Amino acid sequence: MQVKANDYPKESARLLREEPQVRESVTGATLNFDRNRRAAYAEVGAEAWRDWAERVKNHVLTHLDSYLEQAERALIANGVQVHWAEDAEQAQRIVAEVARAAGVKKVVKAKSMLSEELGINPMLSSMGIETLETDLGEYIIQLLDQPPSHIVGPAIHLGLEQIRALFHQRFGTPPDATPDALAGVARKLLREGFLQADMGISGGNFLVAETGTLALIENEGNIRLSTSVPRIHLALVGIEKLLPRFSDLAVFLSLTARAATGQRLGTFVSLLHGPRQASEPDGPEAVHVVFVDNGRSAVLADPEAWETLRCVRCGACLNACPVYRQTGGHAYGYVYSGPIGAVLAPGLVGLEETQPLPYASSLCGACYEVCPVKIPIPKLLLAWRQRAVEENLTPRLEKAAIQGYAWAMTQPWAYRLAAKALRLLPEKALDNTVVPVLKAWVEGRAGLKPSPKSFRELWEEGL
Amino acid sequence: MRVALFVTCLADQFLAEAGVAAVKLLRHLGVEVEFPPAQTCCGQPAYNAGYWNEARQMAAHTLGVFEDAEYVVLPSGSCTAMVRSFYPELYRDMPRKFSKAEALSRKTYELAEFIVKVLGVSTLGLGLEGQRIAYHHGCHALRELGIKDEPLTLLANAGASLVPWEAAIECCGFGGLFSVKLPEVSLSMADRKLSTLPEVDVLTSADGGCLLHLSGRIAHRRLNVAVKPLASVLWEAAQKTPEVDAHAG
Repeated sequence: MQVKANDYPKESARLLREEPQVRESVTGATLNFDRNRRAAYAEVGAEAWRDWAERVKNHVLTHLDSYLEQAERALIANGVQVHWAEDAEQAQRIVAEVARAAGVKKVVKAKSMLSEELGINPMLSSMGIETLETDLGEYIIQLLDQPPSHIVGPAIHLGLEQIRALFHQRFGTPPDATPDALAGVARKLLREGFLQADMGISGGNFLVAETGTLALIENEGNIRLSTSVPRIHLALVGIEKLLPRFSDLAVFLSLTARAATGQRLGTFVSLLHGPRQASEPDGPEAVHVVFVDNGRSAVLADPEAWETLRCVRCGACLNACPVYRQTGGHAYGYVYSGPIGAVLAPGLVGLEETQPLPYASSLCGACYEVCPVKIPIPKLLLAWRQRAVEENLTPRLEKAAIQGYAWAMTQPWAYRLAAKALRLLPEKALDNTVVPVLKAWVEGRAGLKPSPKSFRELWEEGL
Repeated sequence: MRVALFVTCLADQFLAEAGVAAVKLLRHLGVEVEFPPAQTCCGQPAYNAGYWNEARQMAAHTLGVFEDAEYVVLPSGSCTAMVRSFYPELYRDMPRKFSKAEALSRKTYELAEFIVKVLGVSTLGLGLEGQRIAYHHGCHALRELGIKDEPLTLLANAGASLVPWEAAIECCGFGGLFSVKLPEVSLSMADRKLSTLPEVDVLTSADGGCLLHLSGRIAHRRLNVAVKPLASVLWEAAQKTPEVDAHAG
């Protein structure tokens, strides 16, 4: 069943009730990621890095047109074929055309959230092209036919037992196989995939405008293999992923790895500059870069939401978010989950389709605290909520209640009267209420009762 | 020095003892306390839910109520953040209202913050000797206002032993209307927070909303944890001063 963003309230509750092991897995893993991030940030005095990274990204975003042109020139000079996709449909068409022209039958994929956003896998499979996810986590969820649950750890919601059971069922591994043994089986299967594939599809963590360098961070070596073994490499790159200078990469690569997993650098970093040269023994014959807009320029034009585009997709905000920890990413019903997903979704696909997501936060602010490029997520959540109200997308009953409450709170006599009424309620009234809002509240929380006398009464009696 | 106490609607109705304790404590510290009777609610629930017009109505009311105050003190971190940070935000495109909001913002403090930063008092007394206390940092106090050490200093200097708590700075899941819109997620967050709570005599916080939410969950799950508002605990701290002991001796 495809979960929709508008199902968030129902779906998050269902997951907590029916699949509590998701909360266990996600909480454990995110707390660990977050601890590692803190240690790795502390090593470098991350505040200065964050300020700098924010400024560089702001500069790129406010001069995006000229940097995109510069990047295109540099890429072409490196022998890369450059494509532009305004939306998901165009991106799918470009990928399909490249695959068809080259007679591609099998594709290996390096982890790419953008390819999830664009629906590349279902499109390729409808063409009869077999796609193999090569990131171990992605591979596992591909076997389960699930979307990623986390930007960096797509299978973060699964426990070891579930993966053991899956591998036992699919590949006949022993029911108590060690994680190493499971990885070994996957590695063997994936190796065959790399050797058979005609095309490798990747995303792009960064693309340097000055040099046309595509930078990719990973830990498993699968991205390096996906982009160098098959005869064609195609990279899907969001237009916001540009960096101005080659020299900017050093800090961005390290900051992103530190924010994501607490590593100083990914185990593998690939800096790619186009197809194999005559003097080189390996590498793809052809490299394609598809620059994808898919709603990004509309976000860029939005005076509030544009800051969202600084995102480097490290997932640190997911790891720090106590709301995300409860359910993992699937409840959000959108490819990017957690705090960043909640502000990206309305910008990229519209508020009407995603209205509950900006409310999927207690506004605790932990996401902003950890963001390596200082995206003011709480402020953006509030801005989207405000628009939901302006566009009449919030429940009518809620609106009426808030209007009534605002009216009462500007009439001190009405406030006093309400306070009196509260104290005239029978002893257990709040526990057994039928008022929907209060009912939801007192169901899981006992003993909500007003003080015998309000502070105001005590003050008037003389303190 | 005169302080206008903004008790906040939640404390007024559900945690009146926090207001009473705040008055006694401030008077004990030589401050003259007023209670402007027209005060109601700061408007935070409406603001957080996106109803800025309604939030502005309430903010305008509150701006009027506290216009002449020398200082405004609240026994609540999140309502302090509403007045100090978000009132100016509400009026960012309305210069006249904005400058009024800024004026109020500059003289508004959370109780523990006021005691330490404005009154310059970091030791209230020794009334908490031997008590094991866990402090829950309300998110707005912690991240919006940067209040972290003030309450801890006051508690520790009063003899309390502050018990390390893995989840001390994690959100408890209250979040105002968040707890109403997503009740299951909210409760599960409270459970995660409570599951890491070490054995203590008292769980306290500057935020009444968090405390009602957590104590409600504690009662529902029949856990044995005493929950008290920070104002009450600080007043307890002030009641056993070394001087009093000297007289008694």
